[in-house]
Formats: sequence, structure tokens, C-alpha cells
Amino acid sequence: MDKFAENRRQYWSSNLKLVFSLLLIWFSVSFGCGVLFVDYLDQYTFFGFKLGFWFAQQGSIYTFVILIFIYINRMKKLDEKFKSMINKDD
Amino acid sequence: MSVQNLTYLFVGITFALYITIAIRSRAGSTSEFYIAGKGVHPIANGMATAADWMSAASFISMAGIISFMGRDGSVYLMGWTGGYVLLALLLAPYLRKFGQFTVPDFIGTRYYSSFARLVAVICLIVVSFTYVSGQMRGVGIVFSRFLEVDINTGVMIGMGIVFFYAVLGGMKGITYTQVAQYCVLIFAYLVPAVFISILITGNPIPQFGFGDQVIDDPQYLLSKLDGIMTQLGFEPYTSGIKSTIDVFCITAALMLGTAGLPHVIVRFFTVPDVAAARKSAGYALIFIAILYTTAPAVASFARLNLFESTHNVSYENAPKWFKNWEDIGLIAWKDKNNDGKIQHANGNAFEPVKPKFNEKTGVYGERLIANAASTDNNNEVYIDRDIIVLANPEIAQLPPWVIALVAAGALAAALSTAAGLLLVISTAVSHDLLKKTFAKNITEKKELLFARLSILVAVIIAGLFGIYPPAFVAQVVAFAFGLAAATLFPAICMGIFSKRINKQGAITGMLVGLIFTLSYIVYFKFLFPEMNSSEYWFLGISPEGIGFIGMLLNLFISFLISLATPPPPDNVIRIIDEIRQP
Repeated sequence: MDKFAENRRQYWSSNLKLVFSLLLIWFSVSFGCGVLFVDYLDQYTFFGFKLGFWFAQQGSIYTFVILIFIYINRMKKLDEKFKSMINKDD
Repeated sequence: MSVQNLTYLFVGITFALYITIAIRSRAGSTSEFYIAGKGVHPIANGMATAADWMSAASFISMAGIISFMGRDGSVYLMGWTGGYVLLALLLAPYLRKFGQFTVPDFIGTRYYSSFARLVAVICLIVVSFTYVSGQMRGVGIVFSRFLEVDINTGVMIGMGIVFFYAVLGGMKGITYTQVAQYCVLIFAYLVPAVFISILITGNPIPQFGFGDQVIDDPQYLLSKLDGIMTQLGFEPYTSGIKSTIDVFCITAALMLGTAGLPHVIVRFFTVPDVAAARKSAGYALIFIAILYTTAPAVASFARLNLFESTHNVSYENAPKWFKNWEDIGLIAWKDKNNDGKIQHANGNAFEPVKPKFNEKTGVYGERLIANAASTDNNNEVYIDRDIIVLANPEIAQLPPWVIALVAAGALAAALSTAAGLLLVISTAVSHDLLKKTFAKNITEKKELLFARLSILVAVIIAGLFGIYPPAFVAQVVAFAFGLAAATLFPAICMGIFSKRINKQGAITGMLVGLIFTLSYIVYFKFLFPEMNSSEYWFLGISPEGIGFIGMLLNLFISFLISLATPPPPDNVIRIIDEIRQP
């Protein structure tokens, strides 16, 4: 019983770690590149776009999609790893 | 065939399609009616979520607003997509694991209180009605311009269709209709965008096209646009005029609000399991991103096209679309310098901003307006931003079937969102208010009847909003997000990630968030609109962005009060443990 509780804690903390790091990227791409540092990044050009402008209107959206799919895959692995170790007592 | 006949044909075919789907997927039980019996495939749910989500505001207004705001328009692009990351990572899987029918269900159970449920229902209804009012105006515009029926008749036809399939099929009917509506709307959005991208830059992919060089011109499209705009006294297209803090707060409010919108959250109750909930959030964002990455391209093409086809062109030679939209009052022209030519410049052409036509025509045949000309600028044209996407195919001289397609797409966008919203409103009434609060022992059959009845009432109220429309579609919708961000999002999120937040904290938090955000918006938008400028705003944050501050207030107060009152009971802690497991 104790072992299951410990496994649950581990599962939850790996989940939190994953969510936190993905949200860090989420924040830095959208609020960082797209809002706070947009003027600074605009001095560089990227395929005909000013870089900051591109992040604000294109790049951030592509990143969001990638982040969710990373999450889906990581969580799938995490679920598989812990599934048998957590659910036996139910 | 004429544009109008083609439009009748396309709209007719799509409406017939929606009705057929609705008849084939009738709902027999409350589970089917509320959450489609939990049997929706993640990809289908992704499409349905995308259609549910992308409203008349996304389809009709967004590109137009970006077109006029330039880089500042990014708040909508990032705000309305970034929220899906929050939804997928913080809410959807856990709410699915919790596995009930509605958002107030979760809040009522997690905060062990019918009062908390009631507060959630109030927030939900305020948010959803704010949002639905935007849709109805979209339906009205499309009908009056393309089908040349009276706006009111148009709204009634739209309402009739929504009512029919929502009442018949509930969530099940709505889901599969929305899948069809997604296909219609995305096709209708992409076709003109690709055409215009090829016309202007030779690049068939709009997302790359607006970073490309203009055909027969070595200049890049965006720098050409910047140049024209600077010449006419505007800020360059690719730089913003909003303050950084305001852009930050609006983006945050839209993101948090997206994650807290009940009609979107409830879509994740319809899939079979937790993994499917995560997946469908991912698919939903892909389907949404297709439109959202195209929109800024459309916006810049449209702005360039607008200047090139009308600036310094004499009114008599103005393109036909200019006069068509003038006829229904969404474009107006006042020849300030009496040269007979149309001139664009920075500033509002006249005071007040919206034209009041006095039913007379001027020397060139233009509709005369009663508004006084603004003297501080040379701008002669009023253009309603809502028309940009609808007029774009005409501006770019695309074939009539493209124009008809856009009309059908806009209707699909507005109807799908309206249906989703009406369903959560009716669910909140029949399930949360009646079954769970005031009439606990009604039978499932009765509950279903009440669900259908409350859709009827909601449809009528929404129809009234369409006939007496408020402001710009996207603007009205933006407030719904602020409210959702300040109320529902923090309550749900803390309910999952904190075991310490209790009912006292959550209830006070939601109420403070709701009252603060609502009063700020009402104060600046309705009571003292003349004071609605950055010098009077709190920290320079506009009413659109205030939901973010409302959210922070909510969080802060919830924690403060929770820490001063007893922790949640053990059975609630067990529920939290349960939803955190895979």
C-alpha cells in the first residue's frame, strides 16, 4: 500500500515537472518573444519577416502545437510506466 | 450563375447537410444530450472543438481587426491559441478523469457546496451570453449582404437552424454537425487566402506569402505595406502602438479565458478517456492553427489591396464592392477636399466614428452622411472592420463561387459556435440548476425535456441580441474571455492543483473576480466611454486586458481566505487524488 502511494507521488511530481517546463517554453515564446522582447527581435529578419513580428503572428502558434504534442507523447509514456504500479489497489 | 444565386445554392446545400446530420444523430438519453455518450473520436472531437471555438469573431472579424491593428493584432492570435496549451496541460485531462457532465458539476463537487455550483452557473451564463451575442451579429451581416434579406429575417433563419439541430441532437447532434461545419469553414477560409497569396506574391502558401516579395516589385510585402502606411501618416504595419503592459495583459486574459470557456471545456467530457482528452486538445489546436496562421496573412494582403484598389481613385471609378458595402452602411465616404477621389489617412474620417446616413446622395452618387467631418486629418473613408474577410474575395476580384463559399463558411463559423454556447447554457439550467439544486428528484426524461426547453429560451434571447446588436463582434467576444479568465479558470485550476483551496476561498475568489472585471468593463465601456483611454486606465490596462488582473485578484483572495478557514474535508482530498492519477 505504501509503495503505491509512493508511486503515485512520483507520477504526480514527474507530471508537474513536465508541465512546468513546457509552460516555461510556452511563456518565453509567446510573452517573451512575442510581447516583451518583440522590438529587440525586430532588428533581425527571418524569411522576409521581422523576427519579433514573426513570433507574434506565426512562430508562437507553431510552438503551441508542438508543445501539446510533446506533452501527449511524454504523458503516454509516463502513463504506461506507472499504470501497473498505481492502479492495482483500486 | 450570379453571386447571389451561388450563395443561395451553397448556403442551402450546407444547411441541408447540417440538418441531415442532426436527424441521423438524435439524442435519446441525458448522457448523449449533454456529452454525446462519451463516444467521440479524438480527431472528430478536435474538429468539433475547433468549429465550436472558431466563431464569427475568428472567421469574420479577426483578420479585419489585425488588418487595422497591424502588429497589435497579435494579441488575438497568441491569446486565442495559447490558451489551448493551458487547457491541454492544466485542465482537460483532469476534468475528463473527473468525468461528470458540466463545469459547475466539477466546481460544485470539488468545493463541496451548491452555492459554489450556483456561482459557477452565474459566471457561465454571463460568459456564454456575452459570447453568443457576437455570433448573432455575424449571422445578420452575412445574410443582409449576401442573401439580401433583412438582417432580422436572417437572424431568425439562423436561429431556426441552430434550434432545430441543437434541440434534436443535443451534444451528439452538435458534435457531428460541427465536424461538418469545420470542414466548410476551413475550406472557405483557405481558398480565397491561397488565391490572394498567389495573386500578390506568387506564393501559394499564405503563411509564407506574406513574408515574400510582391510580384513585379523587388520589395517585400510587409515593408511595402509599412512604406505606404508611413506615407499616409499611419504607424508602420509591423510596429505596434499599444503599450507593452496592455498587450501583455490582453494576451494573458484571452489565453486564460480560452482555457476557462465552458463550451470549450465541456467538449473534453465527450471523449472516451483521459488520453483521448489530451489528444483531442492537440488536434483541436492543429485545426485552429490552420486558420489562425492564415489570418495574419489575409490581414496584410487585405490592407495592401485596400490601399491599392481605392486610394486616390475617383469615386465614380471605385470598385463595385466599395459601393455594395456602402449600400448596407458598412462603408462610408465623405469627400473632404472636394476632388471626387477617395483618400485614406490616419484618424477617424468623421465624428462620431460610425456613419449616420441621411438618405440623400451626393454629386458622385455617394451616400451622404450627417456626421461632421473630422478636421484634424485627411481621412475620407469609414470601413467597418467586420467586412474585411467577407469583402476580400471581391477586392481581389476572385470568381463568384469563392465569394459564395466565404458566405457559407462565415455562417458555419457563427452557427457552430452559437450551438455550442446554447447547449452549455441549457445544460447549466436543466442539469445544474434543476437536477442538482432546485428539483433534485426529477426523472431523466423530464430533465431532457427541460434541457430542450431551455435551449428554446436561450435561442430567443440570443436572437434578440442579433436583432439589437452590440459593438464589433470581436470586441464583445473579448469581454467574455476576461470574465472567464477572472472566474472559472482559476477556480478549476486551483481545484486540481491545490488541496488547500476550500469552498470559502473559491467562492469569494470567483465573486471578486467577476464583480471586479465586470465593473471595470461596464465603467469604461458603457458608463464613461469618453474616459476609455490609457490615461484613465488602471496601470494602463484596457478593459480587454483587465481579466488578467481579475484573475490575479481571484487567486490572491482565494488563497488568503482558504488559509484562514478550515481545509477541505477528506472525501474531497480523495477526489483530488483520484483525478490526479492516470
